[in-house]
Amino acid sequence: MARSTPDIPNASMADIAFLLLTFFLMTTTVPNDKGLLLFLPPPPEAVKEENVEIPEKNLFKIQINSFDNLLVENEIWNRSDRELTDKIKEFILNYGQNPQSSDNPEKAIVSFKTDRGTTHKKFIQILDAAEAAYNEIYAENAGIPVDKWREVSSEPNASPENRQLYDRGRKLKPDGKPEIPKNLSIAEPTKVGG
Amino acid sequence: MSKFKKKTKTKQEIPTSSMPDVVFMLLFFFMVTTKMRESSIEVQQRIPQATQLRKLAKKSLISYLYIGEPRKIEQFGKEPKIQANDVFIEPKDIIQWVNMEKSELDEVERDAITISLKVDSEAKRGIIADVETELRKANARKILYSSNAKVQDKK
Repeated sequence: MARSTPDIPNASMADIAFLLLTFFLMTTTVPNDKGLLLFLPPPPEAVKEENVEIPEKNLFKIQINSFDNLLVENEIWNRSDRELTDKIKEFILNYGQNPQSSDNPEKAIVSFKTDRGTTHKKFIQILDAAEAAYNEIYAENAGIPVDKWREVSSEPNASPENRQLYDRGRKLKPDGKPEIPKNLSIAEPTKVGG
Repeated sequence: MSKFKKKTKTKQEIPTSSMPDVVFMLLFFFMVTTKMRESSIEVQQRIPQATQLRKLAKKSLISYLYIGEPRKIEQFGKEPKIQANDVFIEPKDIIQWVNMEKSELDEVERDAITISLKVDSEAKRGIIADVETELRKANARKILYSSNAKVQDKK
């Protein structure tokens, strides 16, 4: 006598799986963790009050007021971001050629000052221009495209090759300090407003 | 005549028996990669654009702060607010929040915590600077200004 084999109906399995699939498809959010990476200075209490005199020529001053107007090296800036990037690059890599500009990249500081009323959009735009200047210099030193450099610098310790490229880009000196540190200073915003 | 009447023996259907397998594979992929958003964002998020983006490798180290004008203006007013997890917080609460986030990480990783600031384009620097000051005090000094990729104009 032929036994009837017990069967679970599986015709609807595909439908159920499709339903679940649709649910996960719709709820999935692709995480976007990209942005401008920045290291804040140590807490205000830990910083000793020191009046370090920085010569004016070693400072590249960028000021933004609450109307998002730009003052670069004390002059009103109406030109493109690209030109700003080039100007910053020129400033960093001056090596004392122009007596009015920086002595060397180690001493050169790009200083930001914003107002409390400056919009975040403008701030990011200008910070991006400054980042671009440094990244382009580093990438050129390391001999790789800028995109590649950004990947490498995101995680310099991921592999020995990354470390090597990273050190080459920043021109690491024998004493362990980079010859071209990223000296971006973001000052406390002013409260002038208006 | 019979030459044309000959029926082809080849089947024309697509085999569907493997469809559930294919669908299950897709399903598992999305189930594994999906990360439920644990909080609904109550502030405006028009993320600014930038070119020099960097990506963070370790997602588990990232904590998010959302800053912007509240979506429900009639309820919370027009002033930009800071949202952490599911609630609005004041700048002075940030130290506590950071410590809470840090306690969820392994001890060795605590100092490597990264704060991703998702700031609306129209938010003002004032409030962001307040947040930064508190983050410095809380010793969470690695921050990421979240931004989207801008289409680079070739020169």
